[in-house]
Amino acid sequence: MSLRSPLRIVAGLGSARGGSGHWYAQRVSAVALALLGLWLVIALASLGGASHARVVAWLSSPVSSALAVLLVLAAAWHALLGLQVVIEDYVSDKGSRAAILFAVKFALAVAAVVGVMAVLRIAFGAAA
Amino acid sequence: MAQRARPLSPFLHYRWQYTNTLSILHRITGVLLSLGFLVLVYWLAAAAGGPGRYARALEVLGSSPVQLLLFGAAFAFCYHLLNGIRHLFFDAGYGFEPATARKSAYATAAGAVVLALLVWFAVRAGTGGAA
Repeated sequence: MSLRSPLRIVAGLGSARGGSGHWYAQRVSAVALALLGLWLVIALASLGGASHARVVAWLSSPVSSALAVLLVLAAAWHALLGLQVVIEDYVSDKGSRAAILFAVKFALAVAAVVGVMAVLRIAFGAAA
Repeated sequence: MAQRARPLSPFLHYRWQYTNTLSILHRITGVLLSLGFLVLVYWLAAAAGGPGRYARALEVLGSSPVQLLLFGAAFAFCYHLLNGIRHLFFDAGYGFEPATARKSAYATAAGAVVLALLVWFAVRAGTGGAA
């Protein structure tokens, strides 16, 4: 879905050079996270103990591992979009802003890949 | 040409009230939840690393200071969730009347505390105390 106005598309540059895509992605990831976050809470509440065997059994089911991967991706995406706004609002120096945004994006990308790989290792039975 | 004295940015002379309290709390809890996401990844990575690593991670996660931080994360999650839903209604154009916005604000704040306690004790019960 595109929220860009025809004028914005023709002119190429708005005052902020963008934003509706960011705004919309933040909402999409927010709704995804609301559902996946509630799923995680319910799953943890009904785990029946936090032993390694329990956690591995839980994440070995196809539905749980798929939802866990989605949760990690949606959380990283939403965190990136949100932290970006906070950094852009409070860090006015262009150089520091770019450097901090760069570091945050790298850190979240690493965390997301580590999280996904961890879930996949468990799901494919490599964590026993 | 000499610069005229420009008007100050509005946030410098606005009165502090519930609206901006909820707004800044949304940001603070959002930043906290980004750190909470890293803890979730740490937990998953430990589980993927085998029983030995997982046991060591549980010791870290079960220590008192970390438990306090995790309770903070539970509150941040509940507050950010409820206020996020409130903002989705705002985005759709609902709830802007001052009386409604005030009610939803207090409901969000109170609901977050209640929900955080519920989530905390439910997850503790489900994970045998080592949430």
